[in-house]
Order: sequence, then C-alpha cells, then structure tokens
Amino acid sequence: MSHPSLPELCSQVRRDIVRMVHAVNSGHPGGSLGCTEFFVALYFHHLRIDPSRWNMDGIGEDLFFLSNGHISPVWYSVLSRRGYFPTSELTTFRKINTRLQGHPTTHEGLPGVRMSSGSLGQGLSVAIGAAQAKKLNGDDKLIFSLHGDGEMQEGQIWEAAMYAAHHKVDNLISTIDVNGQQIDGSTDQVMSLGNLRAKWEAFGWQTLEMNGNDLQAVIQTIEQARTITGKGKPTIILMKTEMGKGVDFMEGTHKWHGVAPNDEELARALNQLPETIADYS
Amino acid sequence: MLDFNPTSSNDTRSGFGAGLLELGRTNPKVVGLCADLIGSLKMDAFQKEFPNRFFQVGIAEANMMGVAAGLTIGGFIPFTGTFANFSTGRVYDQIRQSIAYSGKNVKICASHAGLTLGEDGATHQILEDVGMMSMLPGMVVINPCDYNQTKAATLAIADHQGPVYLRFGRPKVPVFVPQDQPFVIGKGWHIHEGSDLTIIATGHLVWKSIEAARELEKEGISVDLINIHTIKPLDEELIIRSARKTGKVIVAEEHQINGGLGALVAQCLSRNHPTKMGFIGVHDSFGESGTPDQLMEKYGLGSKDVIALGKFMAGH
Repeated sequence: MSHPSLPELCSQVRRDIVRMVHAVNSGHPGGSLGCTEFFVALYFHHLRIDPSRWNMDGIGEDLFFLSNGHISPVWYSVLSRRGYFPTSELTTFRKINTRLQGHPTTHEGLPGVRMSSGSLGQGLSVAIGAAQAKKLNGDDKLIFSLHGDGEMQEGQIWEAAMYAAHHKVDNLISTIDVNGQQIDGSTDQVMSLGNLRAKWEAFGWQTLEMNGNDLQAVIQTIEQARTITGKGKPTIILMKTEMGKGVDFMEGTHKWHGVAPNDEELARALNQLPETIADYS
Repeated sequence: MLDFNPTSSNDTRSGFGAGLLELGRTNPKVVGLCADLIGSLKMDAFQKEFPNRFFQVGIAEANMMGVAAGLTIGGFIPFTGTFANFSTGRVYDQIRQSIAYSGKNVKICASHAGLTLGEDGATHQILEDVGMMSMLPGMVVINPCDYNQTKAATLAIADHQGPVYLRFGRPKVPVFVPQDQPFVIGKGWHIHEGSDLTIIATGHLVWKSIEAARELEKEGISVDLINIHTIKPLDEELIIRSARKTGKVIVAEEHQINGGLGALVAQCLSRNHPTKMGFIGVHDSFGESGTPDQLMEKYGLGSKDVIALGKFMAGH
C-alpha cells in the first residue's frame, strides 16, 4: 500500500473519531475533530519518532504530551494509524478492560502515552520537566505539547509559564487549541481569556499563530517553531481551530464538546468524510 | 532495649538534607526541586554542590509536582522539597494524576509536618497528610523518627522504583537510632520485647513512646515497643505477631487519628486478629500557635499521655 497523503489521513482520522464516540455513546468529538490536522501533521510529518521502539524515556526522540486529555479520540486514532498499536484496538475505546481509557493514561501501558491527563492544567508542567530531562541527558530532541484554550483558566498553566521562561526551557514547543469553546459556552462567555498573545509574550515566551485547520499552515508554522528553539526561550503556538471541524453540523459550537452522535448523525457525519484508508474494525 | 542514651539532638529535616547530599554524590540520576524553602528543607548543600541538578521552582507547588513527574521521563529521580502542607493538601490532584496514576518515580519530601512545626500555627500544621498519601494507589508512605533514620530513609527511597511520600519535621529531637541500622522499606523496628501491651509509634512519637515504655516497665507493665517508619506498605506480620502476644495495642502518631497509622493498624488487626486498641493522636481538630512542647502536651501527644493510656489499657 502506498503511503496515504496527509489530507487522506485527516479524513480517515475524523471517521475514526466519530465512530469511536458513537460506539460507546460518550467521549469528546468536538475538540478532537478540530485538532485533526495538528495531530496528523505532528505524527506523520514533524515528530522524529520510531513507534516500533517505543519506551517511556524516549531518549533520542521527540516527545509529545497531551494536556487536554479529553480529546483522546484524535490522539488514539493517530497513534494507532502511526503504528503504536493495532487500529483494531480502537474498538475498545472507553470499554471495560481497555488500554484506551476515556482520558489517556500510562496505567494500562498504552504505547505512545507518557503521562495521565484529564484533570486540566497539568500537562505543561510535565512537558517542561521532560524538556529539562532532555537537556540533562544531552539529548537534542524536542518536547511538544497541546493544551486547550479553556485550560488557560487553570492557575498551574501560569506557574508553568513563568517557570519555563525563568529556566530558559527552549527545547519546548507548546500549542494551544484556540477554538473559543468550552463546556458551558464560549470562552468569552464563561471566562474570557483576554489577549492570549500578549499574555504569553509578557510571560517571556516566543509566540506564533496559525490556522490549525489549514494543513499547510500547520506544517509551516511548526517548522518555523523548530527553527527558533535553542535560543533561550520557550515557544507557544496559538492555534486557531474550529471545534467539530469536518462535520458540518458539529462545527463552531460547544454543543459537541462532550456529546456523541446518534446513529442518524453518525451516518450524516461519515457521508462527509471519505474512507481513504480503511475503517478500523 | 530501652536504655538509649542519646548524646545529641538534631532535626529530622537535617537527616534528609544529609541523605540528599550523599545521594547527589553517589547517584547522578538524583535531582532536587524546591519551592522557595531551600534553607528550611536543608537542601542548600545539595544545591551548592549540584547546581545543574537542582531546580528552584518558586512559590508554585503544583508546577513543582508536574515538573518532577516530567523529569522522570528520561530517567531522573526527582526529590521535591517543601512543607508537608504544601507537599500534599495543596497539590493533591497533581500528585494523584501526574505522579501516582502516571506511576512516576518522584520522591515527595515533606518537612514541618504536624504540630511540632510550632508557632506558625494551624495553617501550616498539616495533620491529614499521611491519610491523603496512604489512600493513593502505589504510594509508599514513610515517617522516620530521628536524624539517622531520616537520612537512611532518604537513601533507601532513591532505590525504590515508584512514588514515595517522605514525611519529617522541624524541631531538634534526640538522635537514638543506631547510625548503622539498615533501613528496609516496609519493615518495622522491634525496639523492645514485652508481653503485656503493644505500643506502635511513628515519627516524633517514637522517642516519646520510649520514654513512656521505660515508665510503664517500672510500673510492672511489660511493653512490646514497635517503630513503624513505613506506614505504607505496612509491616502487618510484625503488628499481628505482637497483637497476638499482648492482646492490647496503642498506636501513637503526630497526625489525626482519622486516617493515620492507627486507622491502618486497626484495619489490619480487625481483619487478622481483632484487638483492643488505643489511639494517641489529634482528635478531629486543627492545631494552633505555640511551642512544639506546649502543643504536644495540649493535644495529648506527650509521653505522659502514652503512659496514662498504657496504664488504662493494662488495667492498672
């Protein structure tokens, strides 16, 4: 089989996401769909990784940490499509005895996962620690992390932001999924985030912005981020996305943050998403 | 034996500092983190000698726990240092998710535990930390009793793979544990053989229980005295054997009686050998300002309280 293109992968990953949450009538499709291009670009273009040699320490590899663990469907789909575990295991998502817990965990030993996440605001600190471990080990590979914009309401994020600048953690590229939505409504309604760019710059971070649903923009911006590492400052990418992207009736609303489609809605969603590789089964 | 003649006093936190410094010299994977309490935690010697392996975190304990969890990825063994209150209650969810559930090899080192923190008062005198940490699956919980035991425990936990909570304190207390006593996680120290009454003590209550046992022996009450330094995993075999022998057990600790060592011993004995028990600890209240000695007396954690309970339980 020839390698699928990145857009083909995005379509297949989106099919995986809606099928996974539909199968157990739970999970978080909205943010997962919105971050699909980011995960596909990261795992199939940027990360210097070898899934066949997965281990916790990841010496000599780029590492990725997911802080907003509720968008596990997109991560699980991409990890399996990248070869960390069989795609057939996606059928076990959120079911009893699964390694694919509702929120990601190391507890069941799922390859590709290096910390538990779900309780928000903790992943940036862990990513920073891992970045410092790389420096101590003389390992020149990078740390990547992803966070929700709602997560910026957690105080620990700003503790971590201050720390990373103070300690010059410049081998870290963090991304915030700025979809403007959270469970109770828009971020502007619930707890406005203000000028995120100004906030991160004030905390001493190099700040980039990109359209997270434009695959080329994602690829180019992460490349650009890579070129500015190693200069004494951590890097943050503000990634504008649309929650629910790719499924017309899910786009741009918080309604699909944590709600699964019913049978009829699943059929409508799959009609919009070509099966480019092969559905998992 | 009960004839200890301690010639010096020292604080348990200094035992931690000495142990950490030794680890710095012997184990290149050991790193230190501190949240603006380097002097109080006695981490200054480690910081001075190993500046590249030491991370000042500032007053941001939640971040410290997360950074420590991350440092394990790549093989490091982080020792975090702050007061016990800020090491546990303040950061419980960070420890639960990023360390315990994630199975990270972090050593949470906590000073100024309990009433003996003294004058700063109840905001800083945590008396619930052992309960919180013991409830976390996979967490080892250790509360050493003097300088030597704390130093030995600090060295021992570096060789244990997995999260550990190490609890110690502020005041200078007698140094009586033999310097060469091996520290084995999960194995209690049978200090004195007796047949009428068991006293199980941890932390600062060990010395007070030695003093109490001497008095009780004078009164003709034969005391089986046990030091449990590892509260989890509990040395159940030692405890059950002693309870079978004496039929009466006192547990003494500088902690709430709810959720502390006493509660764990009670659970162990109720499953294996139901035994009449008595509890020396804080009874569902907060502490307050005062000197350590005043506080231990006011809250019923002195030697005389152990003696009184011992006499009562022995029927004297």
